Amino acid sequence: MTAFQGIGIGQGIAVGPVARMADPLPAPADVASTLDLATETERANTSLAAVARELEARGAAAGGAARDVLEAQAMMAEDPTLAEEIATRLADGKTAEWAVHAAFASFRDQLAAMGGYLGERAADLDDVSQRVIADLMGVPAPGVPSPGHPFILVARDLAPADTALLDLDLVLGLVTSDGGPTSHTAILAREKSIVAIVGVVGAAELTDGTTLVVDAAAGEVTVDPTPELIAATEQRIADRLALVNAPVVPGALADGTPVPLLANLGSAEHADAAAELGAEGVGLFRTEFLFLDQALAPTVEQQRAHYEKLLNAFPGQKVVVRVLDAGADKPLAFLNDAHEDNPALGLRGLRALRASEDILREQLTALAQADAATDADLWVMAPMVSTVEETKYFMAIAAEYGLKTPGVMVEVPSSALLADRVLAHAGFASIGTNDLTQYTLAADRLLGSVGAFQDPWHPAVLRLVQLVGEAGQHHGKPVGICGEAAADPLLAVVLVGLGATTLSMSPSALADVRHSLQQYTLDDARRIAAAALAADGAAEARAAATAATTPEMKEATSS
Amino acid sequence: MATRTVRIGSSHGLHARPAKLFTQAAKDAGVPVTIAKGSGKPVNAASILGVIALAVEHGDYVTLSVDGEGAAAEGTLDTLSELLVTDHDEQ
Repeated sequence: MTAFQGIGIGQGIAVGPVARMADPLPAPADVASTLDLATETERANTSLAAVARELEARGAAAGGAARDVLEAQAMMAEDPTLAEEIATRLADGKTAEWAVHAAFASFRDQLAAMGGYLGERAADLDDVSQRVIADLMGVPAPGVPSPGHPFILVARDLAPADTALLDLDLVLGLVTSDGGPTSHTAILAREKSIVAIVGVVGAAELTDGTTLVVDAAAGEVTVDPTPELIAATEQRIADRLALVNAPVVPGALADGTPVPLLANLGSAEHADAAAELGAEGVGLFRTEFLFLDQALAPTVEQQRAHYEKLLNAFPGQKVVVRVLDAGADKPLAFLNDAHEDNPALGLRGLRALRASEDILREQLTALAQADAATDADLWVMAPMVSTVEETKYFMAIAAEYGLKTPGVMVEVPSSALLADRVLAHAGFASIGTNDLTQYTLAADRLLGSVGAFQDPWHPAVLRLVQLVGEAGQHHGKPVGICGEAAADPLLAVVLVGLGATTLSMSPSALADVRHSLQQYTLDDARRIAAAALAADGAAEARAAATAATTPEMKEATSS
Repeated sequence: MATRTVRIGSSHGLHARPAKLFTQAAKDAGVPVTIAKGSGKPVNAASILGVIALAVEHGDYVTLSVDGEGAAAEGTLDTLSELLVTDHDEQ
């Protein structure tokens, strides 16, 4: 029984056999064929057709948006232009493997050179190419395996195309060797409530069929667990199921202090599901998806329709919409197409909107129209606000459109340090802990090599949160948390102890956080927060907070 | 040779789903069809790779050519043009 450590996503636990995602195939060698042209042609055609049929079948099984992607991939496999490219190479005496590889590569490079949306299609093409070559070579296709029974998927990392197709009835858990807490895999795992541990260094050694216990809460993968551990794990799985099925009540501490629990949403499509999981509103509605993959900004009318759909899902409840947050990891051609060496410190968030103010004005117009037509309590906030002057700018422009509750996101240390001045003007503050951590620790959140710095438990981050909490209390203004930190059940308690008045998270985390808050009074939360604040680093803060939750500590400090 | 020039109605241009629908229909037409962007080089309309690589955006003009004459060719052009002017992303 050996164990590996990684970054756990969520609080789940799972047990089951490993199924590995096959690694990408090496490029076939450019060698002369030993077969005749007719035989090589037949081989290529058979494999192309087999892959096309398989992709169609997978599309039919997946349904929805994934179906279109897979059917398009099936058409790529049998594309007549591609067939000509393959035929030319076969006629030169190449093997079917090489001809297929080279023909796909020629289209791939063409698409990749175009960049943007078309560049991303290059990955779809690579996937088809790999499948055909695997079929020719008689080896398993790269991608998500289908062993025919429930399994724990072990991979280097997952591509978006892989994750779209995961059969959640069969995937018990995910273990990846690459990727950090904000990687695509981690985001997906949170969204779909999949038990996952990312960044597990030993994952490459795991072999198919080996039994694993995946404990996301502890960030630990146990290989070949004992029968006792398996039994204990199954009990925890049953307990968690009971927790998830517990009646949904409004978020509150043990002493009755209300802490509204809100949802982070990226699209109105998921609003109803969030409400079912007990979201008492929306703490962060990201509007980027309306703009991504677009050459031009969407019209006021298109935006209004989408915002109305969102607001209609939460009648009488608070919905905090963040205006477009472009730049850094989400560049938008029409806002900022200048090359920046350091985009996280560049023209992004509110800075980019100010530089293209018409886009901000259109968005505020659409929001005001949607607000007037619906019953939700609409709040609007600006991303990446770093000065008091920017705060005043956003308050003034939001007021022009009659938006009742404008506020700012606190993601930059300067805003946290000046929170008393920022909140003198802003209607509320919402702390984006992911960016606040990246900027406080000076560690790019997308860069795996500095992933260890991206931990919101760091006392430097917690002290900034405390400053914002105190400023909120002083001015009588709400202070929300809308980063993934709020989804960590114990950190959620710490954040409330530091002065957060609402917590917003992926809907899948609501049940765990609701349960955790119910265990502690406001005094407990402040005491646990004080223990974390006094620590040297993130790990020490987590340990100190955990120690402060024990009954002995409660008694020691209350007597 | 029957030809027709139409303006792309899909708000996302001729990528992804609209490109798939269009090439599928071109393939089903049973006669060779080409598509050209503006005054560019015509490509096989039944080739999804060729069509995507044209990078056709919303509002671009494309010219369809069907190898044939008369009612059958015009009917094919009607079907394909209809697909191109429709906004498939507006749902």
